[in-house]
Formats: sequence, structure tokens, C-alpha cells
Amino acid sequence: MTLTHTSAGSAARRPRGAARQSRAGMAFVAAYVILLIAFGVLPTAYAVYFAFTDAGGTFTGISNFLTTGHDFRFMGAVSHIAVYLVFWLASLVVFVVGLALLLHRLASGTAGKALRFLYYIPGALAGAASVLVWLFMLDPTVSPVSSLLSALGFHTFGEVIAPGNLPVLFTIIAFWTGAGGWIVVMYGALNNIPTDVMEAARIDGANAWQTAWRVQIPMLRKWIVYMVILAFAGGAQLFVEPQLLSLASVGVAGRDYSLNQLTYDFAFQMNNINGAAAVSVELLVVSVSAAAVFVARSGFFDAE
Amino acid sequence: MTLNKPPAAQERVPSRRRSALLAGCAASVVMLTVAGCSGGSATGTTVKDGFAQAAQKDGALTVWVDATRLDAAKLYQKLHPDVKMDIVTYDGDANGSNYLQTKVQLFNRTGKGWPDVVFSSQNNEATWAVDAGFAAPLNKGLISSMTLAEFAKGANDVCTVNGTVYCLRNDLSQAVLWYNAPLLKKFGYTVPTTWEEYQQLGEKVAKEHPGYLVGDAGDSFTPEIYLWASKCGANHITGPKSVSVNTTSENCTKMAKLMDVLIKDKAMSVSGVFSTDFGKNEADKVLLMPGPAWYGSALFQGTFKTPAKQIAAAPIPQWKGDPSPTTGNVGGGTWLLSQHSAHIKAATDFLKWVTTDKAYQGSKAPGFPAYAPAADTWLNAQSTAGYFSGDLSALKDASSQVWPGWGSGQFSQEAIWAATVKPGLTQGKSIVSMLPAWQDAITKYAESDGYKVSK
Repeated sequence: MTLTHTSAGSAARRPRGAARQSRAGMAFVAAYVILLIAFGVLPTAYAVYFAFTDAGGTFTGISNFLTTGHDFRFMGAVSHIAVYLVFWLASLVVFVVGLALLLHRLASGTAGKALRFLYYIPGALAGAASVLVWLFMLDPTVSPVSSLLSALGFHTFGEVIAPGNLPVLFTIIAFWTGAGGWIVVMYGALNNIPTDVMEAARIDGANAWQTAWRVQIPMLRKWIVYMVILAFAGGAQLFVEPQLLSLASVGVAGRDYSLNQLTYDFAFQMNNINGAAAVSVELLVVSVSAAAVFVARSGFFDAE
Repeated sequence: MTLNKPPAAQERVPSRRRSALLAGCAASVVMLTVAGCSGGSATGTTVKDGFAQAAQKDGALTVWVDATRLDAAKLYQKLHPDVKMDIVTYDGDANGSNYLQTKVQLFNRTGKGWPDVVFSSQNNEATWAVDAGFAAPLNKGLISSMTLAEFAKGANDVCTVNGTVYCLRNDLSQAVLWYNAPLLKKFGYTVPTTWEEYQQLGEKVAKEHPGYLVGDAGDSFTPEIYLWASKCGANHITGPKSVSVNTTSENCTKMAKLMDVLIKDKAMSVSGVFSTDFGKNEADKVLLMPGPAWYGSALFQGTFKTPAKQIAAAPIPQWKGDPSPTTGNVGGGTWLLSQHSAHIKAATDFLKWVTTDKAYQGSKAPGFPAYAPAADTWLNAQSTAGYFSGDLSALKDASSQVWPGWGSGQFSQEAIWAATVKPGLTQGKSIVSMLPAWQDAITKYAESDGYKVSK
């Protein structure tokens, strides 16, 4: 009797619990959706509206896109960003995955814990502050690694920030400030690989390199794609690094190195908010298209 | 510089589109913050003193200053305790940060927030501030013609658009030849009076006292010191939206050649005077240094901490046989009064005081006052302060010798030089070889800002 009664009671409670859970889930999702609409969708829609209108709000078709596209700085900024993205994405994929694998092998020891902590430190610094740290690192007069810079043939800040060096410098700064977090994410993903899979690889005689190349990296594929999508979007919007370097070098690094800097110049230097919006929309389209290609090619949303 | 388009705050947005915008604003916090919904109503305005003035109200006078001009605002407050003031410090647009322009663009959209009076360290603020409907005309009733006439000759040219004065110059930044008097005497040299002598002395210093410097070519304002003084027509603003650019004329190339020789000899540095490496390695090696008036206290006394009684000022050299002495100019701040001010009387009083009163300009100001009567008082104060070796009369002579063929356009000459020529200098390229690239860059930036460019 008691058992039956209990069963009936729990059966009656379960739907109520499920409903509560569902309501809680909805509340969490609703908060996110509201913020997404307020700070993501509406500003984007506003930018699109600006991109196709003039200062008076009249529809102008693609004229803002043509005006900004014909600006003499536009193609320069596009090529700067393209070169930077090649350096940034390549170094991110190779070093983040490599360091995460290394960290995973050392995970059990004290060295692993220390490394995890070390990798995460740069990510704890705010973006602009991290770049400021690098402004000191790159100035041979005050840099703690001035002997290294000197050995590489750099004796003044001006020599270090020569235009040809900028893609590499921005890559180093961005890697240092952003890669630590990704290494920790990849490390978490490596921990999720079932132990029996790793066990099977070891029994089959796979060495460390073969395990990494044939088992771990393929199983990290979706995480790598996720990282590349976000890094591509972030890299295409390069702004803080060149802007601060430009101020620190009093213009030598250029105020219009990246597309986002050019957007800023259009908006606030040339009083052309609509042109600025057009360049922003182009960046959005490129980032979303690249993400779509990566997602489609990688089967990112395929169910396991 | 003309009003090619209506000021943003006064643009009439079609009503249907305005409704759409308002609906969007109501829907989003973002819209409220970024775009603003107030629309900058022009109701209650009265046309007076040459512009539509906002309804005048009581309340605090908002003044934006940089850290250096904070003393000026504080002194005014101390001397005028009855005036309510809200003093805000910002970067003063130093290094072409464009902070003021950025904020004004946003205030124009939100319809509020403009400061009543603002100081800027940049000379070209009027070129955009007039188009943006921010700067109020000053010679249409606010500032008397008698006061304006007492500014140094040409001082307010950078503030004048189509004959209307839109800002007042704070200080002049005429270039002179700074030198270390005891060191020059010790080496047995005399101050050069021509550029030819200057070059010969530089070559001599390179041989006899290697490491010592006769100048610096590493700053973004290098062309304003050397090429402007040489009457190089790289930046001749010929009309509101037209500029003549010719960087390969003889006046440009002969100065560029002189600099190339001295850079090669290492008698002229290619590090900027404010760079860390110059401060560490070269600051105590300065024998001569052509530079603006503010070098005296800001650079030698402030940054380099050169001891007293060493630094003296001489007239900038001239090319041999040139009958008309000229010099260049590096900066010199300006004060602007907002068209949107609701405290125009108080704002005008402050503006007039800060630019002309001897209590600040004559005694406390760090730079050479643009207002001539205050400049005399300032020069006396500098002499009695005892830092400089000899008097600073060279500054007074130079104040009326700034070559008028170099203007203040909307595009930044300093930014163009820094991005185009400076990297090449660092890599060992000669300035002469980079003159065509410099011309090309100026032309492109000017055209991009809507200027018609001629050669």
C-alpha cells in the first residue's frame, strides 16, 4: 500500500518538477535572449540601417559601400588584416593544440598545474592592459628582454615597430593575451576523451605522436573549429593593438592599419557614420560567411 | 572649411524616418545610449552674435581642459568665486587623439553634453568644429575687434574660416634655435645664423665631438620645424577645401638634403625627443636643437631636466641671401566656445580671461602667449625666473615670422609624416628619396577629407 501510494505521489510530483525546471530554463534563456536582442541584434540592425542610408536617413543603396571601398586606405587595411589573420589563425591552431596536448600529458604532475596557471594568467589581464604591457616589452630602452631584442637587431622602439613587423607583433600580442584561455578549453576537451579510447590506442601500440595525431586531434576537431570561428571574427576586428601602438609610436604604426580603425576614422574623423557602418556590415558578412563555411565543412552541429 | 553640409545637430530628419528611429529608441536601451532620442531640439533659440543661441540658463559653466591648462581654470575659479564651474580634464586632443571631435559627434547625435568652453592642443580644430556646428563665431559680437587685434600677427589664422574667427589661440609655437650656451662656448663654436652655417657646424660637431647633436628629425612634427621654416610648400591651404602640395620644390629638397647629411653624420638624431631612447641616451648630448617655443620649459626644463642657466634661444637660421626671415610652428593650443552653450555670457568672460589676462597668460602660462600684451609680461617673467641663459627675445622676433604658406587642414600633417616618412628614416632611407611618397600620401589624405589638391 505504502509503496503504491509513494509511487503515485512521485508520479504526480514529477511533472510539476519538470515544469518548474522548464520554467527555470526558460527564465535563463529569456534573460540571454533579451540581452542578445538589446546588445546584439538591435545594434546590428541599426548598423545595417545606417549602412544603406545617408546622414539624413534617405536610402542610398550601396553608395556607402562604394565610397568606403574606393577610399585609398581600404585595400591596405584589408590586406593588413588578411596577413594578420593568416599569422594569427595558424599560430593559434598549431600552438594552442600543441600546448594543450603537452599540458594533458603533464596533467598529473605539479608541472601540469603550474602550466595551467601560467597559461591562464595573461587572460586574466584586461585586453588594453595586456597591450600596454607589450608596449614596454617591445621598447628596447625599458624592456626586460632588451638583450633579446638587441640580439635580434632592434635597438630602438622605432625599429621594432617597423611596418613589416606589425603582423608578427600583433600576432604575438594577441596570442599572449588570448591563447591561454583556449589552451585551458582544449585541455578540458582532451579530458573528455573517454579513457577506454586512449587505452585502446595504447594497447594497439600507438606512441604519443600517433595518439595525438590519430586520436586526440580528430576528437578535438569541433573545439578547434569553434576556436577558429571566434578567432577569425575577433581577428578581423583587430583594433586595440594597432590603436594603442599607433598612439604609443605617435602615428608611426598608422591610425588606419586595420579595418576597424578605418571604421573609427570614418565615424569620428571624417564625420561619416554611414560609411563606418558600411565597413562594419562588410566585416560582419565576412565573419558570418567564414563561420558558415567552417561549420558546414566540419559538421560542427552534427549530433554525435 | 566651408559649411558644405548642415551641422549634424540641426539636420532635419524626415518625420517618417524620425518616427522609426524613435520607435527603435524606445525598444532598446542601446538605442538610448548610442543614438539618443532627444534629437537636439532647436526650440527657444535666438539669433545673436552671428549664430542661433540656445535658451540661456543658470547653472555651472562646463570647461574642458588638458592637465596643463587645469591651472588656468582653477585660477579663474579662485579669482571668480561667484561663477559656478564644472572643470573637466581630458587629453586635450594631444597626439591627434581626436577625443573632442569624437565626443562632439556623439553629443550632436544625443543633443546634449557639449562643453561650454574647451581647450585643444591642436591647431586644426576649427576645420571640423565649424562643419560640425560646434564652434561659435567669436568676431560677430562676442569678442571685440580691439581685443582680437591685439593677438600676434597671424595667431588666429588657424581659427579663421571664411573671415570668421571660431576660436582663440592660446599660445604661439614659433620655432627658434635652442642651444646649450656653456657647452657651445666650451667647444669654441658660435651660433649659426644661416642654414649653410648650421650644416657646416653639424658636420664639424660630428667629427670633433661625435655623439653630440645639432638637431632631431625623429618626431612627427619634424616637417613643421625644418621644412616649414624652409618655406616648403607641402601644406599650403589655399581655400576652405583646397590645398596646394608640392614637396619636391627646391625649398623642400634643399632642407631635406641638409637633414640627410646631418642624419648620416649622426649629428641629427632620428629618435623622437620624447622617446624613451632619446631621453636615456641623447638628452644630455644636445648642443643645438631647432624647435618650438614650448621646448624651453616643456622639453629642456621638464622632460630633459637640463640644469638652469644652460639653455638659450637664438633666431632660427635662414638660407643665405634670403631677405625675408621665416620660421615654422609646432602646435599652439586653441580655445573654442560652443554654439550650444546655455551660459554664453559666463563662457565668453572665461574665454576672454583665459586667453588675454596677465594673471594667467602673463604669469602662469607655460607657452608663449598668443595675445601680444600678455606675451611681453610672460617674457619678463621668464627672464626673472632665472632658468634660461640670456633673454628670450628671439621668441618675440620669431612670433611674427611664422611662414604663412603652411596651413592647418583637417588632415593631420603630423600623422602623415609619422606613418609615411618616419618608418623609412628608421630603416636608413634618405628624406630626399621619400619626398615623392610624402607628396602622394598628403594628396590622398587631403582628397579623402574632401580637399581639392593642386601642385
